[in-house]
Amino acid sequence: MAFEYAPAPESPAIVNIRPSYGLFINGEFVDPKDGERFKTVNPANEEVLAEVASAGPSDVDTAVAAARAAYDTVWRRLPGRERAKYLFRIARIIQERARELAVLESIDNGKPIRESRDVDVPLVAAHFFYYAGWADKLPYAGLGPDPRPLGVAGQVIPWNFPLLMLAWKIAPALAAGNTVVLKPAETTPLSALLFAEICQQADLPPGVVNIVTGAGDTGRLLVEHDGVDKVAFTGSTEVGRLIAKSVAGTRKRLTLELGGKAANIVFDDAPIDQAVEGIVNGIFFNQGHVCCAGSRLLVQESVAEELLDALKRRMAQLRVGDPLDKNTDVGAINSAAQLEKIRSLSEIGESEGAQRWSPPCELPERGFWFAPTIFTGVSQAHRIAREEIFGPVLSVLTFRTPAEAVEKANNTPYGLSAGIWSEKGSRILAVADRLRAGVVWANTFNKFDPTSPFGGYKESGYGREGGRHGLEAYLAH
Amino acid sequence: MPTESTSVSGSGRLAVRKTYKLFIGGAFPRSESGRSYAVTSSGGDFLANAALASRKDARDAVRAARGAFGKWSAATAYNRGQILYRVAEMLEGRRAQFIDEVSLSEGGDAASTVDAAIDLWVWYAGWSDKITQVYGNANPVAGPFFNLSSPEPTGVVGLVAPQESPLLGLVATLAPIIVTGNTAVVLAAEDRPLPAITLAEVLATSDLPGGVVNLLTGRVAETAPWLASHMDVNGLDLAGVTDPALAADLEAAAADNLKRVVRPGATPVDWHADPGVGRMTPFLETKTVWHPKGV
Repeated sequence: MAFEYAPAPESPAIVNIRPSYGLFINGEFVDPKDGERFKTVNPANEEVLAEVASAGPSDVDTAVAAARAAYDTVWRRLPGRERAKYLFRIARIIQERARELAVLESIDNGKPIRESRDVDVPLVAAHFFYYAGWADKLPYAGLGPDPRPLGVAGQVIPWNFPLLMLAWKIAPALAAGNTVVLKPAETTPLSALLFAEICQQADLPPGVVNIVTGAGDTGRLLVEHDGVDKVAFTGSTEVGRLIAKSVAGTRKRLTLELGGKAANIVFDDAPIDQAVEGIVNGIFFNQGHVCCAGSRLLVQESVAEELLDALKRRMAQLRVGDPLDKNTDVGAINSAAQLEKIRSLSEIGESEGAQRWSPPCELPERGFWFAPTIFTGVSQAHRIAREEIFGPVLSVLTFRTPAEAVEKANNTPYGLSAGIWSEKGSRILAVADRLRAGVVWANTFNKFDPTSPFGGYKESGYGREGGRHGLEAYLAH
Repeated sequence: MPTESTSVSGSGRLAVRKTYKLFIGGAFPRSESGRSYAVTSSGGDFLANAALASRKDARDAVRAARGAFGKWSAATAYNRGQILYRVAEMLEGRRAQFIDEVSLSEGGDAASTVDAAIDLWVWYAGWSDKITQVYGNANPVAGPFFNLSSPEPTGVVGLVAPQESPLLGLVATLAPIIVTGNTAVVLAAEDRPLPAITLAEVLATSDLPGGVVNLLTGRVAETAPWLASHMDVNGLDLAGVTDPALAADLEAAAADNLKRVVRPGATPVDWHADPGVGRMTPFLETKTVWHPKGV
């Protein structure tokens, strides 16, 4: 049975979305010189939110030149303790404007307000706070006695955690003394543009942070620009490969945080209810638009039936709908294109012989929606077990022995994250040692913290974001 | 080789010459292609015929390296350190032979070069059980979790060894790759491959498991692309690639499975300088594990 709730919508009135936005270059919003404009929509109702500039070649030139000038004349010369204070200031303004940022993020991205309010925005502020403290302590980071900034960082981020990915990119770059040109995702540019306003409020020197909006073409112009010393990208493995090829033979340093197909391994001694919560959080958090999502459930055969029954009962309680409703568990799919990809791979899952199940679930008529879905009877050869779906779709496989679980978990070109559910500490440690993944969650899932390095093995990319390790990507040593 | 020890001696005895072969999976095969090339001294004298490795040899070497990775990466750091120290011991025992070979290959102060190579094995041996402490750490996350980041080896690493320094340069690039648990496929210095093959004899008698280091001799331009494009190679060190266009091509090919790439450094590199940790960390992955705390 489903519990009845009265709607509890967060008011969108707290955010003032402008009808049109320019590019944020050298401390001010400017019209694109040769770019066009595109619209960003609310994925929950398909209404146009604003018009946004699409940066073209000369816009990107101007932004990179502004970042270079700021690097040479201001930022690299500023003592670390002064850089730190700017970052602390930014962190504080983010905390002050937290509700506004959360609402805007949910409107532009489709994620539930509960997540943007309780996860994304607090982590954003914490990330700036954490790296602020590093800015004047770089010689203690274990990267040698005299670590130096690289110069201008060109950064391209995805649409699943727009503001959080911005924080993961900008905070360490600025702390290390670099300046940045950042391109937010085409479908979620608004929180980055609000962040630009926050830079203005913080009196951050012009050119230290530049935001160029646009689609993939703008991203390509940025990462291939001669004036960029460092490229950081979060997104698909496919685009990551192209970027790695484009920087080959240049001086540019590169870090990549790419796709994943994480195994979430449940052993027969796991606390079932706790594991079910973890599985749900692993795959339905943020509509499954998570590169480290636990999208492959590996469950020990002896408890598979019991676990699946409990999982289905729990899934029937998930509330799918208005992202601004504080009771909502699963929000809108970010775009029509992503919805189409999820639908298409799910249909392939069925046609390849896996059994599809979703709870009874009334979806809104307008907007982009996909009901929480699990596939059972999945084999390792199925495309839904191999390819990243990036949606609320879980593939369930079974295993008999720990060795089989490890082998299946590692049987993927990806290696971003993994989960282990067991009451036995020695088993957790032994299995964690053998998983080829950059983040392993034991008896928990999808936990993030600014002090904790995040990043992949194998084709999930290279470099780490967060923690002391996250500084290495932005320092020469 | 036309040194005093190998030429016809006064007693009329003909010296036994060594056949220089490849080193794959702990064995010393010839190239499956049957090809070889003449290696000459820095003065232009014929020294020996070295095996001219083929694509098939490179693929066999990768397979051997992959096969060795599981055990080598799971060996205790103490064990790996002991084996690297053993390499230094074996090298020390053959010091005179290496001084001869290095002298013929590159000239210069061969004794100091060989001594530096021996000392470098000792230096890296000591890193095996320290790099985790220096490069990993506990993370004070805001929640009831024990959160630990530790380095782990990347996997199979292809190494194009430095051209100008066939022994010391090789040790300075190879030791940091294997000490952390990676396995390696090495392309020896193209025109000066003999010290590398003799080093393989040292490795083969140092309790280093077969396949941890595999060594090919031949043409960089021919063989390196097979390593760069091989989907079961995880990292690529281009230290010995002197042609910038080739280096760019290799880096681009490596992107197909997102290999970790170390670009060629400034040449000449001072291999006698303090190496720091910068040749170990490119082929280390950081794994972060979250454990809940609770009673």
